[in-house]
Amino acid sequence: MSSVVESLSCFVRSSIGKKILVAATGLVLVLFVLGHMIGNLLAFAGPDAINAYGHLLQTSLHGGGVWIARLGLLAAVVVHVVATISLTRQSRAARPDAYGRQKAQVSGRAARTMIWSGLTLLCFIVFHLMHFTVRNIENFGGPDYEVVLDGEKMHNVYKMVVVGFSHVGVSAFYILSMVLLYGHLSHGVSSLFQTLGLATYRSERIFKAIGHAYALLILVGNCSIPLAVLAGVLK
Amino acid sequence: MSLLNLHLKVWRQHRGQPGHFQDIEAREIPDHASFLEMMDIVNERLITSGQDPVAFDHDCREGICGMCSMQINGVPHGPERATTTCQLHMRHFREGDTIWIEPFRAKAFPVVKDLMVDRGAFDRIQQAGGFITVRTGSAPDANAIPIGKEVADAAMDAAACIGCGACVAACKNASAMLFVSAKAGQLNSLPQGQPEKDRRTLAMVRQMDKEGFGHCTNHYECEAACPKEISVRWITKLNRDYAAAGLREAFVGRQEAAEGGD
Amino acid sequence: MALDSKIPSGPMATKWTRHKQDSKLINPKNKRKYTVLVVGSGLAGSSAAATLAELGYQVKCFCFQDSARRAHSIAAQGGINAAKNYQNDGDSVHRLFYDTVKGGDFRAREANVHRLAEVSVNIIDQCVAQGVPFAREYGGILANRSFGGAQVSRTFYARGQTGQQLLLGAYSALNKEIQRGSVQMHSRTELLDVVVVDGHAKGIITRNLVTGKIEAHAGDAVLLCTGGYGNVFYLSTNAMGCNVTATWRAHRKGAHFANPCYTQIHPTCIPVSGDYQSKLTLMSESLRNDGRVWVPKRAEDIGKPAHQIREEDRDYFLERKYPSFGNLAPRDISSRAAKEACDEGRGVGPGGRGVYLDFAEAITQFGRKTIAERYGNLFDMYQRITGESAYEQPMRIYPAVHYTMGGLWVDYNLMSNLPGLHVLGEANFSDHGANRLGASALMQGLADGYFVIPTTIAPYLVTQQPGAVTTSHPEFAKAIEDCNGRIRRFLGNKGKRTVDSFHRELGLLVWDKCGMARDADGLQEALRRIPELREEFHSQVLVPGSGEAANQELEKAGRVADFMEFAELLCRDALAREESCGGHFRTEHQYPDGEAKRDDENFCHVAAWEYTGDLAKPQLHREALHFEEVHLAVRSYK
Repeated sequence: MSSVVESLSCFVRSSIGKKILVAATGLVLVLFVLGHMIGNLLAFAGPDAINAYGHLLQTSLHGGGVWIARLGLLAAVVVHVVATISLTRQSRAARPDAYGRQKAQVSGRAARTMIWSGLTLLCFIVFHLMHFTVRNIENFGGPDYEVVLDGEKMHNVYKMVVVGFSHVGVSAFYILSMVLLYGHLSHGVSSLFQTLGLATYRSERIFKAIGHAYALLILVGNCSIPLAVLAGVLK
Repeated sequence: MSLLNLHLKVWRQHRGQPGHFQDIEAREIPDHASFLEMMDIVNERLITSGQDPVAFDHDCREGICGMCSMQINGVPHGPERATTTCQLHMRHFREGDTIWIEPFRAKAFPVVKDLMVDRGAFDRIQQAGGFITVRTGSAPDANAIPIGKEVADAAMDAAACIGCGACVAACKNASAMLFVSAKAGQLNSLPQGQPEKDRRTLAMVRQMDKEGFGHCTNHYECEAACPKEISVRWITKLNRDYAAAGLREAFVGRQEAAEGGD
Repeated sequence: MALDSKIPSGPMATKWTRHKQDSKLINPKNKRKYTVLVVGSGLAGSSAAATLAELGYQVKCFCFQDSARRAHSIAAQGGINAAKNYQNDGDSVHRLFYDTVKGGDFRAREANVHRLAEVSVNIIDQCVAQGVPFAREYGGILANRSFGGAQVSRTFYARGQTGQQLLLGAYSALNKEIQRGSVQMHSRTELLDVVVVDGHAKGIITRNLVTGKIEAHAGDAVLLCTGGYGNVFYLSTNAMGCNVTATWRAHRKGAHFANPCYTQIHPTCIPVSGDYQSKLTLMSESLRNDGRVWVPKRAEDIGKPAHQIREEDRDYFLERKYPSFGNLAPRDISSRAAKEACDEGRGVGPGGRGVYLDFAEAITQFGRKTIAERYGNLFDMYQRITGESAYEQPMRIYPAVHYTMGGLWVDYNLMSNLPGLHVLGEANFSDHGANRLGASALMQGLADGYFVIPTTIAPYLVTQQPGAVTTSHPEFAKAIEDCNGRIRRFLGNKGKRTVDSFHRELGLLVWDKCGMARDADGLQEALRRIPELREEFHSQVLVPGSGEAANQELEKAGRVADFMEFAELLCRDALAREESCGGHFRTEHQYPDGEAKRDDENFCHVAAWEYTGDLAKPQLHREALHFEEVHLAVRSYK
């Protein structure tokens, strides 16, 4: 038993081990982002659809489901962030003296700025949770935000989304974050196939294309909501 | 043949002391000369004018020993693809160009003098496990184990690495993953290398980390800079081999390993 | 002192086996008490260091490069010979032995060559087991190609970089032993002198090229695996750092230098393009499998682009002169034929010092793709250097100094006349006679290191009390003081000229007078001028910097100083050998058709020179060569 723990901790402390953790937690977050977006897009199907969906999430497993998901996601985020910060510190230390001239030949800006897009997204996530989950930035609670559907009282998610995104500043920050997420995902998704050892000579291009397509899908899908609110399509 | 006049910005440093860029005018350089021959000409003039010549590593001057290094205009071995500094020729530069010449920079490659760095870390990584344990005289007949042409060719692709360190120099993280993956990958893909595969993979990666190289963020600057065009797919393989080896080390005992034939 | 080659008695085919059986052994517990110093980490050095360490000896290995992997063996392109007969084309140990003796123009020691051919098969097995990725057929078995001087396919190869792959194999074996703690590796460490105690080589003096520190190392035996002296010509295919210092310093301490005049000029190198040039680049001999060598027949075609010269106006001179070997004639013969064509004024390219190596026919026959597969990396290298594509127009090639068959004299056990000093690989003189066949250098280096020295060092070591000599012996202090004195003299010299300018001048002189063709007048002139140049070097050389840190000019100065002395011996040997054989061509000694004329009656011997303290008066010792198996004959490739 102890040797298993010892070996595993040695594994995750190594550079490749940490990278694999980043990739694995990244995969969890990538899939969450997709699910989250699909759920939110229900807003276009009308208030009832998204409110019922929200209620389902809140009440599955007697309200335990959402906490399991939250804790799982929290763990993924924490591991993802802690491992990347530790790797980045190691890499900074690996080149203490900078070049007078350094020219990137093939890598894109998104790839080179993963740590900054990632940290900005972390700030965004904190704000986003305070805004819509903890709701201590705006008061989205109380009777104003209650709605009854099929005889059940539930939170009016639709109204919260519309009110929340009707602030131009909030929407702008949201859209900016989504642009950063686009960059983060376009490198991250194809990258995780590499780190998990799945890319091959032939599939590598496909994975790269998947990464870009996926990132674009998330960007368009997520931005459509605040834009629709600001444009008055959702009200 | 024409002659070029160039402005050089050359890194000068003594071991263990801070360094600086020195401006050197390189006049009337034949464009048929190699980059190192240009440096020879510059040094010849520095010496006869009473100055200290620029120290730089070089030996075979035919692109195979891996001794020459130099970051030229921000790129290891200069602007030509798949070309070492010694094989880079001045015909790729233009009259009046400014050329930045720096050592390969990494914590694991401390500067010895000027453009010379100590790449002993690469040796130590290979000492950790970059070999097949076979005593002289104990080998079976060379044709006893057939190895498909595809496998042999792939191993040869990895084996083409000349250990110059351009991959580390090009990487924003000063990561040695391309080098280590090519070295481990060559042996890990051959039948002869299977018995020690896990042990080799773990040992080499651990030594790489210990030497203070950074990690791989999949930018593939290493592949673009590699004079032997080693593919980053070897890094994929190292990731895979390392994950398998790490998990096997944690969970699989000697007996189960024997059952699995590993 | 008579030279005893210690060739075992009995039939040729069983000499080596019997010698191994009769050799004394050292028990494993005692092996640990012996320290062996291995200088050089190329094929011979790495393989010897690794194998001796496997056997249990304590080994210290030294190289001047920053890593053992960078020794110049790495640059060998074409391949390595072995009498495996995997092709079923009639090869055998005897045939490889015969080809090598004949290829060496009957100036090699038969018993050594036979042993080399015998162990050649083990080398391939060993390398494959280490993971050397030799080329293979689709069925998974090893592929072969043919090389100059042989009519069978016995050359194993790894793309165009067989040398690198074999060296990496030996280096991996060395790494395995370094990790085990049985080899202590000293890279960026250069030998400055050999220390002799009571007539035995017992240590070396080195300089740490990073810190400048002069250090003494004592051992029970010293192995020099330091390569050849081709850089005496300044321009050669050798690496910039290749030097004669180790063997020359040993020579000054009593080791005989044998046959220095046997220098190999490789026929397929990229021609010189200007006086700034620092080295010449070899194009593998394997190119001659598919390339056809030609020059224009008619004077009016000189200077025209190749494609404008009609087929019937081309002189495929190797095919014409040597119909049975054609473009695969041995190196010395091909080189001389190219030189003759250029001397007749039919050379191509700038300065008229070049001949064409044409792939047009091969590309038509096999397709560009196949040719690219076979030689792609060489074509790329050619294009990088010359800016021309060999797919579109013929390559231009010209001979260049490539390998030196001469070296320190050794007996059958690879020990020089200086007891304890063993010499392996290109640094010794033993196996290639007056000319080396392609793909045989790698074979010899690895044979010496993996299979010969591990057996033949024991008979010397058993006679020695392990660890009896330490660095506290006064000879070490004396040697260190000599080295320091040399360094002080260089640094204190207020000269005007750089080391390179002297090296270039020496090289031009030696190439001119003692290159591809030599005559008595030229050699005598060289012998007059070399001492003058040497004197000027010592009074006029300018070495900047200090001795207490990395100082590349100081390193070069030491090496060039030794070349300045060695060059004289080279020319003296060339003058004394009044015959033409292999790489040594005396224009006075040739047949009417221009072929080399050997003089077996008077020169069928090894010329081993002893240092007497006076560079102008070395003492010549002769080891007569006896041929039991191979009959001396005119070496014909027609």
